[in-house]
Amino acid sequence: MKNIRYLVPGALFGIVLCKVEAVSWWRMQKMFHFDAWHLYLLFATAIPTGIISLWIIKKFNIKTVNGEVINIPTKKFNWGYVYGGIIFGIGWAFSGACPGPLSALIGMGKTVVIVIFLSALIGTWTYSYLPPKLPH
Amino acid sequence: MPVHPGLYFYHYYFNFLYLLSDSEPQKISTATIQRLEQSHVHFNNGSVPDDVFNRSSLLTIRGFTIMSVGGFLVGFGTRYAGGCTSGDGIMGLSALQWPSLIAVISFFAAGILTSYYLLPIVLNL
Repeated sequence: MKNIRYLVPGALFGIVLCKVEAVSWWRMQKMFHFDAWHLYLLFATAIPTGIISLWIIKKFNIKTVNGEVINIPTKKFNWGYVYGGIIFGIGWAFSGACPGPLSALIGMGKTVVIVIFLSALIGTWTYSYLPPKLPH
Repeated sequence: MPVHPGLYFYHYYFNFLYLLSDSEPQKISTATIQRLEQSHVHFNNGSVPDDVFNRSSLLTIRGFTIMSVGGFLVGFGTRYAGGCTSGDGIMGLSALQWPSLIAVISFFAAGILTSYYLLPIVLNL
């Protein structure tokens, strides 16, 4: 029952992804071809919302439901951001979905997307065995 | 005759359901669609193209590349780049982390180039 606090924001995120059509393969291709601005506008509204939310969290020192301090670790640059970004970008243009929309698509009843989801899981597992050998 | 307070609940509940319902078909402009039709992908007003995203196409090179290889690259790249479109793109940029900006530029550049040049090749396989 305690885990319901993960369920509610997750469900809301799924609803938003469906409503803004971020789950749509067509929308993704249109975004990459600069034919439609919808998904760019999604970023343009989500980022200021995120900045304001993080500012409020810091300003009022808001804690998690369990009373833990919300701590956003500073990312340190390594070349993995570039290589990983390029690999992710290729997969993103192919499958037309990033991890969030993948789960939302399964919820929409596109059962074949389970295959993409499992492939993505295999990708993350593969990464967890490789990092010492990968350039960072 | 006063309105029963329960009715207000139903009123808001149905408005909420309306918000969740499918909106009108995506008004997708034709340029991209025409380009995709040349690669034998037909617009269906849905979320994913049924020509590619179906069980039998998993056994073809085109369907396998789009779904399985695409999914693998998404998972692998997300771990490698320390986040995806939400982790790096929205949260990372909101927290003003410049490595996230590098990742966002990388995956948008790769996505645009792939969608323009690589995707038509794969779809014609």
